[in-house]
Formats: sequence, structure tokens, C-alpha cells
Amino acid sequence: MRRNMTVRHLRAVWGILRKDMKAYYLKPPNISWGILFPLVWTAMFFVKTGREPADIAGVLPGMIALSILFGTTSMLAVTVTFERKAKAFERLLLAPLPLGLLVLAKTGGAILFGTVNAMVPLLIAFGMNGLQQVDWAGLFAAVLLIAVVSTFLGLFIAVSVNEVFEAQTFSNFFRFPMIFLCGLFFPVADLPAVLQPLSWMLPLTYGADLLHGAINADAMFSPVIDILVLLLFIVLLFALCLRNVHRRWIS
Amino acid sequence: MANARNIDVRELSKSFGDIQAVDAVSFEVRDGEIFGFLGPNGAGKTTTINMLTGLARPDSGHIVIGGIECSCNPKAAQHLIGVVPDESNLYPELTGFDNLCFCGALYGMPARERRDRARDLLELFGLSNAAERLFGKYSKGMKRRLVIAAAMMHEPAILFLDEPTSGIDVQSARQIRRLLLDLHRAGTTIFLTTHQIDEAERLCQRVAFLVAGRIRRIDTIDNLLQPVRGHEVMVFELSRQPDAELAGLERTFPSFSFSCGAPGQLAVSASRTIPVAPLVRYLDECGIDVLEARRQKMSLEEVFVRLTGIEAHRMKGRK
Ligand SMILES: Nc1ncnc2c1ncn2[C@@H]1O[C@H](COP(=O)(O)OP(=O)(O)OP(=O)(O)O)[C@@H](O)[C@H]1O
Ligand SMILES: [Mg+2]
Repeated sequence: MRRNMTVRHLRAVWGILRKDMKAYYLKPPNISWGILFPLVWTAMFFVKTGREPADIAGVLPGMIALSILFGTTSMLAVTVTFERKAKAFERLLLAPLPLGLLVLAKTGGAILFGTVNAMVPLLIAFGMNGLQQVDWAGLFAAVLLIAVVSTFLGLFIAVSVNEVFEAQTFSNFFRFPMIFLCGLFFPVADLPAVLQPLSWMLPLTYGADLLHGAINADAMFSPVIDILVLLLFIVLLFALCLRNVHRRWIS
Repeated sequence: MANARNIDVRELSKSFGDIQAVDAVSFEVRDGEIFGFLGPNGAGKTTTINMLTGLARPDSGHIVIGGIECSCNPKAAQHLIGVVPDESNLYPELTGFDNLCFCGALYGMPARERRDRARDLLELFGLSNAAERLFGKYSKGMKRRLVIAAAMMHEPAILFLDEPTSGIDVQSARQIRRLLLDLHRAGTTIFLTTHQIDEAERLCQRVAFLVAGRIRRIDTIDNLLQPVRGHEVMVFELSRQPDAELAGLERTFPSFSFSCGAPGQLAVSASRTIPVAPLVRYLDECGIDVLEARRQKMSLEEVFVRLTGIEAHRMKGRK
């Protein structure tokens, strides 16, 4: 009976994931957005800073983090906020699927999307021969954790608003400061002292640090600390999202 | 109680700010019956369905569905129920077939079974030709039918329908009603809301009249119709509004009762046969032409109007 139930739940989760892939993630505009966006960021960065392409490893952590952050959060605005607006979300809430699993299913696609997004700057860097002693395990752990944490951040925003444009506005409110505050392109230590506490409160700081460590071996913290802090953020954000889903969607 | 298909609701209440949407509502839907929830716009029908199906949290009250207590855990009985919401909520970017398969997946149906069932339902609903078309491109009636099919994918024991035939043409509505009767014969318990009284009369065994969040009356159609048996209603279409003449009419014909319904309409009811000629003559003397007179079958509509004071034509007004 229990096993039967688990199988049913898994089928439902997989069904939701597949549907989102089919309906959103694999749509040409989203694919091209997912590839173009990191490309443009990367190109812009080189033009703006006038750095040598050999320096790619220096900007790669920032590029990867940005691609994931923007990829995941903008997808959630569609898969969650838009579906909710169109009432399609009620169909999901009617399914005999625990809310936690439902949330995981809805975010799973965005996490995958973000992870794939991260591959774009990575492949560019690879093509430019800019990668030497990369700690691949650390790199992929970082990519995955950043994808999860920024997805939940995006979900937290998506479940706190009613309109797609609000979701976009709110996530920009978070996203753009994070570019500067989280040590993506220059160390947190270079920030004015008053802003630094803000950096420590943002999960992306630890994700970027993990990436810096894996790619350039210049992390501030040990990877264990980064990973633990990221996990903590993930659990916290997930719990907050569930609470908001309960409170706002089943009102 | 493993196979129970009944619903038991006790003292269910829900408010939105100052608005008491549902007010201490209690009712029971029996195993295998079609139960109608009848009420005008804003009566609280959708709010009640939302609470029963787990889309809204009751402020207080008890809900038991299929023998499962779900006041605290609305997810507990969701595997037993199918829901047809008042608005189409399938995915416009998926085909009809994919939409159905997706709904099957949500209930944990294996892939093979999903596809077979989806094909059967598309056939049953006359949508086989549109199976591969995007849902967003369906007509209103087709959408409605697919939404009902989607609710039936996992063969629920209890089906909730929120105004299943509103906003679609007569033929589609008739088709849907036929389908509901077939489901009823197969043993499905059906809870349906409507503000079309004639629909409730045609489909339901029992109905509840809901007005402003409160149940005014629950009974079988037979019992509800009892007091109006032997009654007769004539409706006159007039050349102008007869408001000014009402008092005179009542004096002249004391055994009849008169009311003005839709503009230019006069309804006359009595507990015996109503002779037309004297009434036409009287109205003629008042300078009112009778354009048409028709005898109306006494229906649930009349019962509703008497019980609630709400005119039937106001019930049917769309939002
Ligand atoms: N989410 C909500 N927030 C605030 N008020 C609400 C909400 N949902 C319903 N109401 C109010 O509760 C009352 C009952 O609404 P409900 O939708 O249940 O009526 P209904 O009987 O389904 O009407 P209709 O025939 O128009 O569908 C109405 O006054 C409505 O304005
Ligand atoms: Mg309604």
C-alpha cells in the first residue's frame, strides 16, 4: 500500500516535470533565452572590462552564477506565477500529492534549466582553453547548489506575489544587487564595510565562493562551510515557500 | 467504509473579510446520488466546492468524504474525487490528448493506462478529431467537455462540477447532462452546482437551495414539488408594464396571486385552473394589450422563488 502510494507520487512528480519541460523549458524562445543570455553576459563582460580572454577563469564563477540565477528565477515566474494566474495551478493543488512533493516537482524543472544554463559559460571557457586546474566535483556541487538555492529564492518570490510582472520586478529587486553584493566579479572584501553584512546574508555569496574555490582556488571559506551554509539556506527557503503556499494558495 | 462514496458536511463556514461566503452549512450527499447545489450568483457555491475539494480552508466545520475525515487534512480524500471547476483550467499550450494524459499522471496512473483512458474519453466526448489540437484552440463547448473528461481520467468515485453547462450551447449542454446521467447509472456520486433551476430538476435526486451562504432548504425534487402540485401559473406578455394595475387585479380576482417578472410580464398563479378570458378582458379595459399568454408547468423554479423570494430570471443572469 505504502509502496504503491510512493510509485503513484513519483509518477505524478515526473508527469509535472515532463509537462513543464514540454510546455515551457523546451520551447524555442526559452531555449534561445537560456543560451543567449549567458552568451551576452559573457561577451559584455569582456568588452566592458577590456580583460584578456585568458582571464576567462577569473570571470567564469560570476558568469556561471549569473546564468543560473537569471535562468531559474525567470522560469519560475512563468511556471508558477503565470500558471497560478491562469488557474492551472489549482489542478495541481487538487491532485492527491503532498504539497512538498508538488513544490519539488514544480521547482525540479527550473533547477535543471539553471544547471543547463550554467553549462553555456562553462563551454565557452572550455572552448577558449581558459580552464586549467578545475576541481570538477566542487564545480558541479556549486552549480547544483546555486541552482537549487536560487530556484527556491525565485519560488519564494513567486509565491509572495500575484502577477507575473510583480514576480519579475521583485526578482530584479533581488537579482541585480546580488550581482554586486555576492562577490561574483570582485571579492566581498572590496565592498564598503557597511554593505558587507548584507553580502553574508545572501546565499549566492557562498555559492560564488564555492565556484571561485573550484575554478581558481581562491575561496574565502572552506568548501565544507560553503556547502553547509547553502544547504541551510535551501532548507530554510523551502520551509518558507511551503508555509507561503499553504497560507496564500489554500486560503 | 472502503468503498463509500458519500459526502457529509457539518456546520461548514467560511468568510472573506466582512463577507460571510458560507454560513454554517450542513448537508449530506448520499452514495451514488446526483445532488444539486442551487443558488444565485455569489451564494457561496464555488466557495463550498473549494472547501470540499481542498482548494480553500474552512474557518470551521467538518467534512467527511468517502468515509475519510478531511477537515484537518484536505488531501486525505483527494484521490477519490474529480473536480470540474467553473473556469477551464487546462493547459492551452498542450493538446487535448496531452492534457488528459497529464491529468492522469497527477493521480499516479501508469503511462499505458493513461493513454488508453484518454483515448476512450476523447471518443466518449466526441473530441477524437481534436485530440492532437492545442487546448487553447478549442471552442468553448469543446473546452468544457475536455475539462469534464479531465476530471474523469482517474475514474473518481465522487465528481464535483461547478456549473458544468454554463456558457455553452444547448446541444453541448444536453450532451453533458446525458453524460452525467450515464455516470450516475454507473454509480458515481455527483455534486453539482448550478443556477439553472431546470437543470437541477432534470438531473438531481435532491437539491439544496443556497442563498447568501445559508441553506434555505434541502429535499428531494419530489418533496419540493409537492406543495405546488395542482397549482397553475399563467404568464402573460403585455404591451406595457402592469405595475399600476396590480392592486386592481388582486381586488377583482382575489383567488389568484399576481406578480411582475421580466419586463412586460405578468405571472398569475392559483391553486385551480386559471380562466384566460376574464383576465384578458380586464387588462384590455385598462388599456393593456395581451401579446401572448402561456400556461406554465409548475416547476422547481416556482418552489425556489417561493422559498427564497428570488425571481428565477435573476438567478440566470450572468455575472
Ligand atoms: N477569494 C475571495 N476573496 C474575497 N471574497 C470572495 C472570494 N471568493 C469568494 N468571495 C465572496 O464570497 C461570496 C461567495 O462567492 P462564490 O464564488 O462562492 O459564489 P457562487 O455561488 O459560486 O457564485 P457564482 O454563481 O457567481 O459562481 C461572494 O460574495 C464573493 O464575492
Ligand atoms: Mg461560482
